[in-house]
Amino acid sequence: MGNRIMGALRRLNELGNQYYNAPYRAAIARAKRDEEDLFMLLVFSEMMGIPNPAAWSTLELQPLLMDRFHEWHTRMGMERSPLDHFRCC
Amino acid sequence: MSAIILLLLGLGGMAAGYLFYSRFIANRIFKLDPNFRTPAHEYEDGVDFVPTNRYVLWGHHFTSVAGAAPIVGPAIAVIWGWLPAFIWVVLGTIFFAGVHDSGALWASVRNRAKSVGALTGEVVGARARTIFMIVIFLVLLMVNAVFGVVIAKLLINNPGAVVPVWGAIAVALIIGQLIYRRLIGLGVVSVVGVVALYALIYVGPQVPVALPSEVMGLSANASWILLLFAYAAIASLLPVWMLLQPRDYINGLQLFVGLILLYGAVLIGNPTVVAPMINVDVPAGTPSLIPLLFVTIACGAISGFHGLVASGTSSKQLDKETDARFVGYFGAVGEGSLALAAIIAATAGFATLADWQAVYTAFGKGSLTAFVDGGASILAGGLGLDISVAATLLTVMAALFAGTTMDTGLRLQRYIFQEWGEIYQQKWMTRPLPATLLSVVSCLLLAFGAGGADGSGGLLIWPLFGTTNQLLAGLTLLVITIMLVRRGRPAIYTLGPLVFLLAMTLIALLLQLKNFYDKQDWFLLGLDLVVLVAALLVTLECAAALKRAFAEPVEQS
Repeated sequence: MGNRIMGALRRLNELGNQYYNAPYRAAIARAKRDEEDLFMLLVFSEMMGIPNPAAWSTLELQPLLMDRFHEWHTRMGMERSPLDHFRCC
Repeated sequence: MSAIILLLLGLGGMAAGYLFYSRFIANRIFKLDPNFRTPAHEYEDGVDFVPTNRYVLWGHHFTSVAGAAPIVGPAIAVIWGWLPAFIWVVLGTIFFAGVHDSGALWASVRNRAKSVGALTGEVVGARARTIFMIVIFLVLLMVNAVFGVVIAKLLINNPGAVVPVWGAIAVALIIGQLIYRRLIGLGVVSVVGVVALYALIYVGPQVPVALPSEVMGLSANASWILLLFAYAAIASLLPVWMLLQPRDYINGLQLFVGLILLYGAVLIGNPTVVAPMINVDVPAGTPSLIPLLFVTIACGAISGFHGLVASGTSSKQLDKETDARFVGYFGAVGEGSLALAAIIAATAGFATLADWQAVYTAFGKGSLTAFVDGGASILAGGLGLDISVAATLLTVMAALFAGTTMDTGLRLQRYIFQEWGEIYQQKWMTRPLPATLLSVVSCLLLAFGAGGADGSGGLLIWPLFGTTNQLLAGLTLLVITIMLVRRGRPAIYTLGPLVFLLAMTLIALLLQLKNFYDKQDWFLLGLDLVVLVAALLVTLECAAALKRAFAEPVEQS
């Protein structure tokens, strides 16, 4: 009995969350993407000649972000990788 | 007459409409197919296209389409007596709104979940799409202007509601942060939010706030309108998760709580409808019932705005095509029940006929104020609430609905300006801030232009808002009708409402044109002309597109 009530409550909570989030999923995903784009720019800024005081830290992140690099530069309107020594496509 | 009879007849009629007529439309006309792969599955991306539980989707759909408009319209229209408004709301919901809303969902689902705007371009033609953009802009412009005026009036009428109305924004901001930063679960937040809101409603009447009657030459009404637009402009620029999302959520909860309370109070208190069945003694200057009734009550009987919600967002989340009947048609029934509550509040919430007549002294009087005052006395009689708390509760409910519509409306208007900026290569117009300012200025011009420096006459444009909203509905019905004709199915169930709507809209516009001319109100005359031109264009487009569609060979569906 207790389990069933807990299950029903969990289901209710799940539906409530859907109700709360569904109308704004797209707007929030877009905002998140914009934030991530800015982050990519910060991480790769040194390579493009923009001085970055935190270069020592961001350098470590570059391999982790490689997967997203191609997607990012195409979204930024650059068909090919903007970095000479850094080809992804 | 007892209000319970009105309530049961209305709800019973709409329930029968859902059970029988919507089944017929879904099975025989739209031929909804449970095996059709909906866009939510076809293009599932976890963001826009997500198959969603139909009850959740209905919840959104209903709370997005229901707002202050289905309250304002009926509360104005009862000036002709309760019967005409009642009949139009019930029959309109059954034969117009339900078919229109579920049809918009069906049309969109069958066309890769495109919005009605894109569909008019694709199904009808490029010219129709341009008209559509203009009509939509006019709808947004008018709804923002009217709602600014309406909320200002509510706040002046009930100073006790000022604290809870603005306090609700603070509550929403806090809820937004709590949820976004995942500090507390949604369940706890909902309970805390609703309790905080009702605590504010309880406290509000004890700390009434009234603006000074004149600030820098502006009346209190004008100052509130300016403050409201300043708020809406800021709100429309904030990220959605910060204010809009939690506000919508609270409003959704409020809507259900408010409806249950009102209907409960009617059932317990059994108030008497004091307004006449048909008002033979309407105040001087009241326009003729036909056609004005059909544009005064737009939302609540049929509204083009629903097509936008149905096609733009709901259609991308429809799990099965057959859910269109529940989400679309039953969503319209939900809105119809809100309009019914507004009719009952504005006709049965007064002690005597003389009290009612004292409120409805001219066309456009009454409206939300009558709903709040009438509804409050029903709540007080049925549930034993303190009358000032009950009035504050309904004022908050109405002001929150109207306020959310305003900030969403301004956001949409801004997108249109930004789009025009791109089309006409005006770079400055593509930025959010200038585009928002343009939207605000155009709305303020309308609010003050229609009512003079104190902004009191904004409700004069309500019927014009209704006509533009009906034009929008007409365009959606046109898309559905053409799709039906191309599939060789009976088109009368959408063509009938389309012809009726266009006829009523055109006659209403012409009558009002004469009325504004007689009053020498050149501002409204100009606005009426703009809408009239749009209406004529829509009518011509309908005629041409239907002629083409009937001439084409039937496709296989």
